[in-house]
Amino acid sequence: MNMPPYGHLAQRSKKAIWIGLILIAAIIAVFLLSMNLGAVRMTPQEVIQTLFGGGDARQQLVLFKLRLPRIVIALLIGAGLAASGAVMQGLTRNPLAEPGILGINAGSGLAIMLYAAYFPVATLGTAFMMPLCALAGAGLTAVLIYSLAFKKSEGLSPTSLVLNGIGIAAGISAAMIVIAVRLTPEKYQSVYIWLAGSISGTTWNYVLALLPWILVLVPYILYKARVLNVLVLGDKTALGLGANLDKDRFGLLAAAVGLAAASVASGGAISFVGLIGPHLARRLVGPNHKQLLPISALLGALLVLVGDTIGRSVMHTGEVPTGIVVAIIGAPYFLYLLAKAKA
Amino acid sequence: MMEATSSSYAETVPEGTPQENKPKGRPLAAVTILIGGAALLVLALLFSISVGSISIPLGTVWQALFHFNPDNMDHQVIREVRLPRALAGVLVGAGLSVSGAVMQGMTRNPIADPGLLGLNAGAGFVLAAVFAFYPNMSYTTLILYSFLGAGIGAGLVFGIGSLSKAGLTPMRLALSGAAVSALLSALAEGIAVYFKIGQDLAFWYAGGLSGIHWTQVNIMFPWVAAALIGALCLSRSITVLSLGDEVSSGLGQRNGLIRLGGTLVVLVLAGAAVSAVGAIGFLGLLIPHIVRYLVGVDYRWVIPCSGMFGALLIVVADIGARIINPLQEVPVGGLIAIIGVPYFLYLVRKGGRGIR
Repeated sequence: MNMPPYGHLAQRSKKAIWIGLILIAAIIAVFLLSMNLGAVRMTPQEVIQTLFGGGDARQQLVLFKLRLPRIVIALLIGAGLAASGAVMQGLTRNPLAEPGILGINAGSGLAIMLYAAYFPVATLGTAFMMPLCALAGAGLTAVLIYSLAFKKSEGLSPTSLVLNGIGIAAGISAAMIVIAVRLTPEKYQSVYIWLAGSISGTTWNYVLALLPWILVLVPYILYKARVLNVLVLGDKTALGLGANLDKDRFGLLAAAVGLAAASVASGGAISFVGLIGPHLARRLVGPNHKQLLPISALLGALLVLVGDTIGRSVMHTGEVPTGIVVAIIGAPYFLYLLAKAKA
Repeated sequence: MMEATSSSYAETVPEGTPQENKPKGRPLAAVTILIGGAALLVLALLFSISVGSISIPLGTVWQALFHFNPDNMDHQVIREVRLPRALAGVLVGAGLSVSGAVMQGMTRNPIADPGLLGLNAGAGFVLAAVFAFYPNMSYTTLILYSFLGAGIGAGLVFGIGSLSKAGLTPMRLALSGAAVSALLSALAEGIAVYFKIGQDLAFWYAGGLSGIHWTQVNIMFPWVAAALIGALCLSRSITVLSLGDEVSSGLGQRNGLIRLGGTLVVLVLAGAAVSAVGAIGFLGLLIPHIVRYLVGVDYRWVIPCSGMFGALLIVVADIGARIINPLQEVPVGGLIAIIGVPYFLYLVRKGGRGIR
């Protein structure tokens, strides 16, 4: 996976701190900008007044009930998906690994589609049930893939995990196609928008549902960064260095799946963040997961926040699902980096 | 990258598990598959021609093929509808599986499939635009646009992948493919959301052989045939390449040239298939895995056997698509997954040759 040998670790970590600080500054800047933008225009002055208790009722409603929860959830989803992708790429040693590859998106998508197929269209848009369905679908799929990939004699091989994931995802997509044919166009449209990755209609309840996952699992994988560094070196080396392969893999994988499932449940499949977040981070700070993981999370958060801010302010008539904007701005930049790279 | 995975993984596998370190072929199994497969394929083709919304007895099929009578309705149906459909299935199935086998062999990445080259996403993007702005376009023109889109997708993937100073490595190609696919799919999704045509696109993505005419078969045939022959000519070199770049150049092979040839083959085969039947993506991934499990990792056998298996699977799935729900056909892509996924999972579970 194109990882240069380890070295200059001290320099790297210094550089990573600077990059981290720059990213945090950028996130704060976009955060402030994002509060001003949207269907209801608010000047920076109005935003500040409203934040500190001023402003009229309408401004308060827009800012506290509509914009802030959305901004916060964009940050959480981005961080969760990118961190999950970084762990998966490290564990599988496959640069194409991302949360979607383990069938997480497919599983939640199928659950959403089943829900859409059997419930009236009016309950779809506002229902709190959509994320719950998605979480259940993603979780069940992850358990299924994991139990298929696990062998008593050999433990858990990352390659078999990825291949099982692809197989299950293909099966689920097929089932989704069969259901899609039967959905009414209106229902299909609402499912389609959700699948494209949309976080409109977020309330503080959604934020509260996602927050614990991020708060528990991101620190856990950061704590396990050293183990991930060892696992990347290959099974034999990792065993020689005293890693408990199965236990470590299971813990990290469960964390990655949990992060992806919770994030996808809250915001649909913004899966591209999980692929490019870690790649961009690797270009910035190198392959050491101690730096790679936090920078990935920050990059992911920034990317989704920018994507969502653009998605809800470019069009006057409606909004573009966040996942689409993220891919449209993220992919060209990623391709540019790919073309520019020397080695 | 997968090279590292397979070699380091091999050492943790307990003894007694079948291991393939050298490109061992199993010619006997391969020949059995080719002969048995050909026989089954002929049967499946005959069956495919005889079933459908009107069931036509096999005797009539025979007569239509060899003693054609233009005044007979059944003969007309067979000649004009069923036969091109069945033949297109063979071309598409063989093409997709062979292109998957060539890609996996060249890149040594077990999850490489033709979709990664941006073909499906490119075709999807152009079709979304066509559905949105020219909704009444004829099917034949649609296919041309689809092929154009596949070409644009692949062109972007290769163009951007090869811009880099380090050249076009398999890794860079795969990443470039993933990013271009994400971009083009996002654009297609954006158009689909705005114009509310997501369901139409889903139908196309599901893939299907209905509506195939001689025109498509005639356009596809020379290209697909030439590319299949090209794949067979390259097969020995691909076996060597699948051992790693160093081994390959050590044996005097010109890796870049082989990759170029292999890539051309993949583009033609997958592009033709995508433009004719939509994105039946799983086939190109699945079949080479099954075949490597059965015949070993010598691509001189993997490539022809993949072609045979792919053709057989798609013809059978197409029969199923028409039998299960004659009024509203079940998407072929869905049926292929339903047949193929359990077997694929079983293979991964057994962990045989070429899977890891």
